[in-house]
Amino acid sequence: MAKRESTFFNMVVTLLAVTFIAAAALGFVYDLTKEAIELAKLRAQSEAIKKVLPEFDELGESFKVAIPSSTDSLEFFPAFKGEERIGVAIKTYTNNGFSGFISIMAGIDSSGKISGFEVLEHAETPGLGSKMNEWFRNEQKPQQNVIGKSPSTHSFKVSKDGGDFDAITASTITSRAFLEALKRAYDAYEKNMNATTASAVNQ
Amino acid sequence: MDQWKNFTKGFIKENPVFVLLLGMCPTLGVTSSAINGLGMGLATTFVLVMANIVVSLIKSQIPDKVRIPSFIVIIAAFVTVVELMMEAYLPALFKSLGIFIPLIVVNCIVLGRAEAFASKNSLGKAAVDGLGMGLGFSFALVLLGGVRELLGSGKLFDFPIYSENYVSLLFVLAPGAFIVLGYLVAIINQVKKN
Repeated sequence: MAKRESTFFNMVVTLLAVTFIAAAALGFVYDLTKEAIELAKLRAQSEAIKKVLPEFDELGESFKVAIPSSTDSLEFFPAFKGEERIGVAIKTYTNNGFSGFISIMAGIDSSGKISGFEVLEHAETPGLGSKMNEWFRNEQKPQQNVIGKSPSTHSFKVSKDGGDFDAITASTITSRAFLEALKRAYDAYEKNMNATTASAVNQ
Repeated sequence: MDQWKNFTKGFIKENPVFVLLLGMCPTLGVTSSAINGLGMGLATTFVLVMANIVVSLIKSQIPDKVRIPSFIVIIAAFVTVVELMMEAYLPALFKSLGIFIPLIVVNCIVLGRAEAFASKNSLGKAAVDGLGMGLGFSFALVLLGGVRELLGSGKLFDFPIYSENYVSLLFVLAPGAFIVLGYLVAIINQVKKN
């Protein structure tokens, strides 16, 4: 078959046809995978919540809490065992990672201590900053372990900045960002929980 | 025999990474571990094969002057398909490859094969060429990722080989990628000479 000539009409028709077919195919695949993608995201989220909190029976309705002096909000997932609220999982974040955005699911138990955390999304350097998910839960090294500690009793900063935690070797920026995200979750938690107790008292 | 040669040329003789030195951005970017290299290599292989097949099928319908934009649209469509599929069914791998999947679009090796081979050859040949080149690319990425992972974090495919106290972090960072690539290219050149 002879090659089509590069006349203006042929070129326009060809490009139109190619882009149209590509768009239709993509629309089809998008539709096909949409549900699975949502499911995968939800599953990752609920697995993270299970990991960061002590054992619970059911999750209460999640709600969003605005952060002062910004347009962002953190999502709260309260967890109940029987009637009692045993903790809250908070989806927190920071934009100060070595490669920007880091999203973390943080668990705070009823006494205000960090019961667990799970890094959901990050783009930190593999082998360096990416170690944060293991580094800050090392039970043999209390200087690294954040679990069981509360920002009300410990300073959630790296030791270089006068805080209570050792930064990941060669990843101080990631460590700072990580601790900042946990602190942000705790601050929102404290503010919000005080607010609910206050309103309860008023009633 | 001809098809076999066509298939195997991607591994050593015309290896996209070690000999043609095409697609360096994802090559250097993702290969901080062997498993990342493998995931990226296989994703690229899929795109290469599919793009080669489609380009070979419609080569006579595309006017010469608009062939590059047409090829790019076809390649981009397949890359997006891979991205959506991976996000839906392999979320863990999608998480670790992240930004590099969309970058397959600008990987010169894909456009290079479409332009230099698929647009001039029959369907069967183009598909085999895509598969060979893709697997050669994967082989190179796994080799590069494996060496970097071994030297930089003491593991291979996430399996600890020796203590982390003796690793050299340099190798998981960008400069390590250039150093390892340089040595591998030198070795491959030596192998080709003999």
